Amino acid sequence: MTTTPQAVRRASPRTRRAATPPDPARPLLPDAEPVRLLDPSGTPLPARTDYPEPPVEALRELYRRMVLGRRFDTQATALTKQGRLAVYPSSRGQEACQVAAVLAVRDTDWVFPTYRESMALVARGIDPVEVLTLLRGDWHCGYDPAAVRTAPQCTPLATQCVHAAGLAHGEAYQGRDTVALAFIGDGATSEGDFHEGINFAAVFKAPVVYFVQNNRYAISVPLSRQTAAPSLAYKGVGYGVPSEQVDGNDPVAVLAVLTRAVAHARAGNGPYLVEAHTYRMEPHTNADDATRYRDGAEVDAWRDRDPVTRLETYLRARGVLDDAAVAEVAEQAEAYAADLRARMNEQPTVDPLSLFDHVYAEPTPQLVEQREQVRAELAAARDEEGDA
Amino acid sequence: MATTMAKALNTALADALAADDRVVVFGEDVGQLGGVFRITDGLQARFGENRCFDTPLAEAGIVGFAVGLAMSGLRPVVEMQFDAFAYPAFEQIASHVAKLRNRTRGALSVPIVIRVPYAGGIGGVEHHCDSSEAYYAHTPGLKVVTPATVEDAYSLLREAIDDPDPVVFMEPKKLYFASADAELPARAEPFGRAVVRRPGRDATLVAYGPAVPVALEAAEAAREEGWDLEVVDVRTIVPFDDATITASVRRTGRCVVIQEAPGFAGVGAEIAARVQERCFHALHAPVLRVAGLDIPYPAPMLEHTHLPGVDRVLDAVARLQWDDQPDPRWAAQGSAA
Repeated sequence: MTTTPQAVRRASPRTRRAATPPDPARPLLPDAEPVRLLDPSGTPLPARTDYPEPPVEALRELYRRMVLGRRFDTQATALTKQGRLAVYPSSRGQEACQVAAVLAVRDTDWVFPTYRESMALVARGIDPVEVLTLLRGDWHCGYDPAAVRTAPQCTPLATQCVHAAGLAHGEAYQGRDTVALAFIGDGATSEGDFHEGINFAAVFKAPVVYFVQNNRYAISVPLSRQTAAPSLAYKGVGYGVPSEQVDGNDPVAVLAVLTRAVAHARAGNGPYLVEAHTYRMEPHTNADDATRYRDGAEVDAWRDRDPVTRLETYLRARGVLDDAAVAEVAEQAEAYAADLRARMNEQPTVDPLSLFDHVYAEPTPQLVEQREQVRAELAAARDEEGDA
Repeated sequence: MATTMAKALNTALADALAADDRVVVFGEDVGQLGGVFRITDGLQARFGENRCFDTPLAEAGIVGFAVGLAMSGLRPVVEMQFDAFAYPAFEQIASHVAKLRNRTRGALSVPIVIRVPYAGGIGGVEHHCDSSEAYYAHTPGLKVVTPATVEDAYSLLREAIDDPDPVVFMEPKKLYFASADAELPARAEPFGRAVVRRPGRDATLVAYGPAVPVALEAAEAAREEGWDLEVVDVRTIVPFDDATITASVRRTGRCVVIQEAPGFAGVGAEIAARVQERCFHALHAPVLRVAGLDIPYPAPMLEHTHLPGVDRVLDAVARLQWDDQPDPRWAAQGSAA
């Protein structure tokens, strides 16, 4: 672990909340190298006392959901080609991050996803058709955020970082031990709301884990244009927030690091920043052409660090995953994709009049007038169809 | 009892904090200091640091934090220190505060109040006197409210805090310390209702916020000219009360809309258009606007050139074609064309 001068260790900020035992050994600065528990081939590295390996059952479940997540992702990409989705931002290659993050939190915690977290949301157990509702072209987020404790997928970059701070503070204020997990990408750490969010969380000691998936590109712009910092995890120190960097294609390490980060936050120690070094194997979305800004050799190099293969190799070597189990998971994934395909091929019904339902709790007189106008237009169109 | 709008707002916040544990008040300098205009004076001492607190100096952070608090079930009331200082929060307001209910089909709502001290007339230096109401009024999902009286300041703020939707609560700075007789707590007309502040027969002056006292003063002065003017206070820009304003203009047949903000694409333009659409056959003259100039808010030494005052209102009233003559300002343009 990097030695940290006493001066930059987290000072206890002035806070209204009762003092809690500080995380004894957590410095503000991340390790100089990303935490890694498996090497790229899946061979285990020496165990670490600061990031103990998660239980084997958790790793088997991590594997299962990563396989399902990848299958979901390739199915969603296929659905764009069939015109069933307006657009889809793939997270293929980021399965370790997407799935380990949601396994590190409880169902009662809150998750704040960005638009690239569709895989994380299905790993959290949300119906994939609901997850894809917005990308399908509907006007709402699809799922019930209050029921699944998951905010709508956030498109305005980094704005969710402040919501996570507020939610976490509000939950603590009301005596609940909820943790907020905020996803963010590398490019969005340049946005002001990332800094305001992490600063608010730190000042109010709000239990938030900020999880940066550094997949090297913000659409086309490489990391070197986002920051001159040694790593994005160094952005925590200026706010007094303990931070870590992790190999984002090492599923065991991602789960171990996030588990500690969540425990740190839940114990009342305030926020925690984790940067995962990973790679987006697909273009930004299906509408993007990644060959304009990165070459095939770079993509191939990351193919060799595939997180799913890595975990499978490790679990097989440990004797907790065999051919039958792998086949069983693959079968589940195919069934999952087939069900998604079938349901996405049904034409959804949309009601234009529903556009007025939730602008306000009660529509204004002006919206009532406009709704009547649209209703009349629809009726006239139906009459014309009837006459034709 | 004589009291001020500042005191009415302070009392409304205190009463809301006392009535509902979910209400929290925060912003810049609102804690120990009590706000730069003292609207939150004494609230932290009375309700504690958990209920009324200072935040880091970051307006997007303040509003975004309020969104998260609202998601957890609280009812945040935030203070933007000045109108122009709220601009960093605009993305949070336009993309999240205004839309979260709609994006989630009502599963999440944002019952927050964003208090914005606004407009000029106080000799403020640059960036301290903007009339920013049109930005918010143009954003579906927000309610936009602006009191012009002491009783309304109390009543509308209490209603804003209780409202299930986000409310941008715009406080005319120049009226903060104007005194009036009012009994608090007061309950006035609800959101969505404009109020006739002064009945009259000859023309309707429509105004809101800092322009309401100007309209009333102009109506008083107009008696000398033989005009009996009605003054309607809009109070809630969103939701807007077409009915009251339409009824007034149909009675009087003439209308001048007054706002302090620059006139181009402003709230007054919307009001004038709505009146014209609804009252065309009752109108004896075009609907006129008296507004601030289309310039950045000027320095204190020149702000009275910018601000719509009584004379400018009376000039507009004089141009309401009382003798069936076209407005000379536009007539000249017509002959040149």
